[in-house]
Amino acid sequence: MSAERTALRQPSQSANMFGRGPMGGLGLPVQKAKDFKGTLRRLTGYLAPHRPALIVVVVAGVISTLFSVVGPKMMGLVTTKIFEGYLGRAMKVPGAGIDFRYVGNMLATLLALYAVSALFLYLQQYLMSGVAQKTVYALREDVEAKFSRLPLRFFDSKTHGEILSRAVNDLDNISSTLQQNLTQLITSLLSVTGIIIMMLTISWILTIVVVLTLPLSVTIVAAIAKRSQAFFVRQQQALGELNGHVAEMYSGHAIVTAYGHEVRSVARFDELNENYYDGAWRAQFATGVMFPIMMFVGNLGYVAVAVIGGILVTRRSIAIGDIQAFIQYSRQFSMPITQLSSIANTIQLTIASAERVFELMDEAEEPADTPVAAVPATPRGEVRFDHIAFSYQPEAPLIEDMALTVASGQMVAIVGHTGAGKTTLVNLLMRFYDVNAGAIRVDGIDIRDLGRGGLRRMFGMVLQDTWLFSGTIRDNIAYGRDGATEAEVVQAAKAAQADHFIRTLPDNYGTLINEEATNLSQGQKQLLTIARAFLADPAILILDEATSSVDTRTEVLIQQAMGTLMHGRTTFVIAHRLSTIRNADVILMMEHGRIVEKGTHQQLLDAHGRYAALYQSQFSGSTLPVGQA
Amino acid sequence: MLKLFALLKPLRGSVAIVTVLALAQSLANLYLPRLMADIVDFGIVLGDTRKILEIGGLMLLVAIVGTICAVAGSYFASKVATGFGRIVRGRVFDRVAHFSVHQFEEFSTASLITRTTNDTTQVQQVLLMLLSMAIPAPMMAIGGVTLSLSQDARLARVLIAVIPVLAVVFFLIMWKAVPLYQQMQVKIDRLNLVLDEGLSGVRVIRAFDRGADQSRRFAAANEAVTSNAISVNRLVALLMPAMFFMMNLTGVLILWFGAVRIDAGEMHVGAMMASLQYAIQILFAVFMVTAVFVMLPRAAASAERINAVLDVVPDVVDPLPPRSVEVTAASGASRTSGRLEFQHVTFQYPGAEEPAVSDVSFTALPGEVTAIIGGTGSGKSTLAGLIPRFYDVNAGRLLVDGVDVREMRQADLRARIGYVPQKAVLFTGTVASNIRFGHDEATDDQMRHAATVAQAAEFIDQMTDGYASPVSQGGTNLSGGQKQRLAIARALSRRAGIYVFDDSFSALDFATDARLRAALKADLADATVVIVSQRIGTVMNADRIVVLDDGRVVGMGTHAELVESCAVYREIAASQASLGEVA
Repeated sequence: MSAERTALRQPSQSANMFGRGPMGGLGLPVQKAKDFKGTLRRLTGYLAPHRPALIVVVVAGVISTLFSVVGPKMMGLVTTKIFEGYLGRAMKVPGAGIDFRYVGNMLATLLALYAVSALFLYLQQYLMSGVAQKTVYALREDVEAKFSRLPLRFFDSKTHGEILSRAVNDLDNISSTLQQNLTQLITSLLSVTGIIIMMLTISWILTIVVVLTLPLSVTIVAAIAKRSQAFFVRQQQALGELNGHVAEMYSGHAIVTAYGHEVRSVARFDELNENYYDGAWRAQFATGVMFPIMMFVGNLGYVAVAVIGGILVTRRSIAIGDIQAFIQYSRQFSMPITQLSSIANTIQLTIASAERVFELMDEAEEPADTPVAAVPATPRGEVRFDHIAFSYQPEAPLIEDMALTVASGQMVAIVGHTGAGKTTLVNLLMRFYDVNAGAIRVDGIDIRDLGRGGLRRMFGMVLQDTWLFSGTIRDNIAYGRDGATEAEVVQAAKAAQADHFIRTLPDNYGTLINEEATNLSQGQKQLLTIARAFLADPAILILDEATSSVDTRTEVLIQQAMGTLMHGRTTFVIAHRLSTIRNADVILMMEHGRIVEKGTHQQLLDAHGRYAALYQSQFSGSTLPVGQA
Repeated sequence: MLKLFALLKPLRGSVAIVTVLALAQSLANLYLPRLMADIVDFGIVLGDTRKILEIGGLMLLVAIVGTICAVAGSYFASKVATGFGRIVRGRVFDRVAHFSVHQFEEFSTASLITRTTNDTTQVQQVLLMLLSMAIPAPMMAIGGVTLSLSQDARLARVLIAVIPVLAVVFFLIMWKAVPLYQQMQVKIDRLNLVLDEGLSGVRVIRAFDRGADQSRRFAAANEAVTSNAISVNRLVALLMPAMFFMMNLTGVLILWFGAVRIDAGEMHVGAMMASLQYAIQILFAVFMVTAVFVMLPRAAASAERINAVLDVVPDVVDPLPPRSVEVTAASGASRTSGRLEFQHVTFQYPGAEEPAVSDVSFTALPGEVTAIIGGTGSGKSTLAGLIPRFYDVNAGRLLVDGVDVREMRQADLRARIGYVPQKAVLFTGTVASNIRFGHDEATDDQMRHAATVAQAAEFIDQMTDGYASPVSQGGTNLSGGQKQRLAIARALSRRAGIYVFDDSFSALDFATDARLRAALKADLADATVVIVSQRIGTVMNADRIVVLDDGRVVGMGTHAELVESCAVYREIAASQASLGEVA
C-alpha cells in the first residue's frame, strides 16, 4: 500500500516544465499498441469537439512556419546586397555603396514577418493547451464514471496499483503528448517541407548536400537507439529491483533491525545499486551521445555548404548571401528531424497508453439497474434468502440452495475462522455481487427489483476497514445521509459515543482527517463509522466486529454504540465475540466460503458439529494460555 | 544542493575532465563560424578555390575534434552523474538501515522510500543536466561574446544588449510559472488522492449510495488540475515564440549595424556572417541555461529531503569497546540464561511532552512468562521495543544477564532475542527463507519444528510447494493469520533465550491462538518469555503480570493477586468480562 502511494507521489509528467524534452522519446523501449489504428481513431474521437480550435491550431502553425521559413532567404538577399555594395566600393566603382534603402526595407519586412510568426506560434500553443487539457479532462471524467459502473468483482480482482497506473500514469502520458508533441508534429513536418522548398529555390546542388545529411543522421540515430534500448531495459530492470529492495527493507525495518540483518541488507543494496549504476550510465551515455553526433552531422553539412557554396560563389552560380541562408537552413533542418524521430516513438507509447485506458473503459459493467419495485417507505427489514446459489468462480460453487428467513429486528451472527468467507453474505446482501440462482428478498421484494441505490439506502454498514475520506469529521459523519444538519451529525456522534473524543480535538467537528487518518486511533475511526451508520438510520444493519487492537476503554464504547445501533434493526454481524453470538437469533457457521451449520447457539452446541468445536476451542482458549503454570 | 554536491569529491577528477572537454567542445563549435568567415573573406573575395578547400579541410578537422570532445564529455558526464547518484543512494540507504526504530518512525516508510529512490534519481538527473548543459552553455556564451568582440567590438554590443533582455524575459515567465507548477503538483496529488479514496472506499461509497458525491469530488479535483494546467501551459507557451523572436531580432540588428560598419569600411562581410551565427549559438546557450535553472528548484527540494536523512545521526550505537558477552543464541545448548531486568527505566520520545515509560522496574526470569498489559498508549509496545534496543532508555538501566544492553554490541544483544511484532512483516522469498530469516543455519528439521510450534506447519504443507512456496513482497499472498504464524516461526527458529511477543496473536482465531499458546508453553519452557497484550485472557495465566497505565507500573503480580490489589487491572478485566471475553 505504501509502495503504491509512493508510486503516485512521483512527479507527474504534466507538472514537468519541459516534459520529455526533444530527446526524451529516443532510445526508450517502445511498447506497441495491439490495435494502433482503432485506438488512434478512438482517441481522435475525444478531440472531435475541439475541431474548430484544432483547425486554428493547424492554420496558425502553417502561417507561423511559413513566415519564419522565408527569413534566412531574405537575410541572405540582404547579405548579398551588402556584399555587392562592399565589393563595388572595394573596386572603386563610382557611386557604389550599400543600398541602405533596400536593406532597410527588407529588414523591416523581415522583422514584421518574424513578429507575425511569433504571434501565431503563441496562438497555436495557447489554443493547444486548452484543447489538450480539456480532452484529458473528458477522458478522466469518463474513467471515473466508468469506475462507478464497474462491478465489485473488478475491484476485488485487481490491485489498486494496477488500476491507478492506468487512471494516472497512462492519462498523464496522453496529456503531455497532446500538449507538446501534437503541435511539434505539425510544425516539424511543415518546417521540413518549407525548408526544403526554400533551399530548392536557391540552389539544388546545396539542397542535395544538406538533404544528404538526413539519411546519415537517421541511420546513426537508429543505430544508437537500437543499442540504447537494451541499456534502458537493463536500467529499468535494475531500478525495479533496487526500488523493490528499498521498499521491502524499509517496510520491515524493525524486523531487519531486530534480527540483525542490516549489514546483509546494505550489502544487497550495494550490489543492486552497482548493477543499476552499470546500466544507468550506459543508458545515459547512449542518449547523451546522440546530441553530439547529430551536431557532428549538422557540422558536416555546415562545412560542405561553406566549401561547396564558396566554390559555387567564385563561379558566380550563387550569391554570397545564399551561403549564409543555407547555413541557417541546415542548422534549422536538424532540429525538426530529431523531433520527428522522437515523436514517432512517443506517439507509439501514447497510443499504447490510450489503449490501456480504453481497455479499462471497455471492462464489463454491472448489469443495468432497472428498479421495478418501489423501496418501502418504512421498511420492516425482513430478509429472506430464497434458495440462493452463489460462487465467485463458476467452477468452485460456494453457496448452494441456501434458505433462511430473518424476521424484522432479528440478529444473525456469521462466525467462522479467518478467511472462511464471512464477507460473502455481505457482498450478496448489498448487491456488490448478485446471486446466481434463487433470490434475496427484503420485505418480500427481490432485491434485484429495487435498484442498487434504493436497496443500499435501507442498509447501514460498519466494517472493520474503517474507510474515512480526507475531509472534516463533520463531513465524514454526514456522509451517512445526504443533507444531514449539524444537529443531526452531533446527535449521531453522541449516539455513537464519539462526541466526547471529538470535542477534545482542536477543531472539534471541523477537525480535518488527514490522508492516512493518523491523527485518529483505530478505535476512534471505528466510532466515526458507527456515527455515520447512525445518521443513515437504516432498517438493516451489517456489522463487522473488530479484532484489531483497540484499547479496552474505547472497545467498551464501541460495543455500547454498536449495541444501541442494533436496537430495533435487523442485523447481520460478522461476529468475534461470545456475547454477540450467544444473543444471536441465528448463527451461520462458515467454513471455506460455505455455510456449514445454521441454528441458534444452543441448537448448534447440541449438534456437536463444527460450531461446537469452535466454541469449545474458544472456551479453552481463555483457560489455556501460554503461561499456565 | 551544494551540501550534497560535497559528495562529488571522489569524482572531482572526472568533473574537471567534463569541464575541460566542454570548454574544448564549445571552442570548436565557435571556431567554425570564424573559419567560415575566412572562407568568405579570403577565399571567396579573392576567388581562391584552393584556399576555400584548405580552410574547409580545417573546418572538418575542428568539427571532428569538437565531436570527439563532446562524446568523451558525455561519457564522463554520464559516469559522474550516475556515479553521484550511486554514492548518494548508497549513503542514504546505509544511514536509514542504521536508524533506530524510533528515528525511522520519525519519517514515514513511504517518505523514506521516496527519498532513497525518486529523490536520488532526481538529483542525479539534474547533475547530468548541469554537466551536459549548464557547464558548456556559459562557456559557449562567454566564448561567443569574446569571439564576436574580437571579430568586431562594436557589433558585439548588439549581443551584449540582447542577452540580458532575453534573460529577463525568461526569468519573468519562469518566475510566474514556477509557483503555478508547484500548485499543479498539489492539485495532482489531490486528484490522485480522491481517485485512490474512490478505489479503497468503493464498498462504503456504494453502501451509502454516495457515488454521485464521489463523482462531484472527483470532478472538482479534475477541474482544478485542468484549469491550473491550462494557465501554466499558456504562460509557458510564451517561451518559444519569445525566444525565436529575440533570436531573429538580433539577426536583423546585426545585419543592419553590420551593413553600416561594412559601408564605413570597418568590417568584412565574413565577420558579419560569423557574428550572425555566434548570436544564434549564444542565445541558444542562454535558453539552455534557463531550462536548467527551471529544473533546479525541484532538485533542490529533493536534495533537501535527502540531506534531512543524512543529517540524522543514529542514536542507538555500539559501545566502544563492547563488553564481550557470551552469545548463547542459535546454539540451542544453553537456554538457561536470559534474565531480563528493568531498573527504574524511563524513556521519552524526543520532542514528546511526557515520557512514554516512567520509572519501570521488574525482572523477567528464564522459564517464566512475564506479561505486560495496559490500554492503548499505556507504553506497552515502547517497553517491549526497549528490549532489542529499538530505542535507548533515558534513565535507569535495562540488563540482560546482568549486563546493561547499551554496553553490548547490538548484534550480540539481538542474537539472543526472538522478537515478534504486532504487524507481521514478511519478505520476498519462500516460506523457508522467511523462517530462516531468524536463523540462517537452521536445519530443515529445526525449521519444521519452528513451523509446527507456530501452528504454521499445517497450512504450509497444504501449499503446493510446501516450504519452497513463494512469499510475495510483504506476504500479500498470505492471510493475516498465516503471516502472523510465520512471523512467530521465524522468531522460534532463532532458539533465543528471550522471546518478546508484542501483541502478536491478534490475527489468529481463538482455536489457533489456544493451540499456539499451548505449544509455545511446551517449547519455550526454559526461555524468558515476555508477552505484551491488552486482553486479560492472553495474560491471566502468566507467572507475572505487569500492569501499565500512562507509562507507569500500577500493579504487578499474578492474575489472582492483581484482581485483589490493582484497580486498573480490575477495570480492564471488568470491561472485557462485560464483552464476554472472559468466559
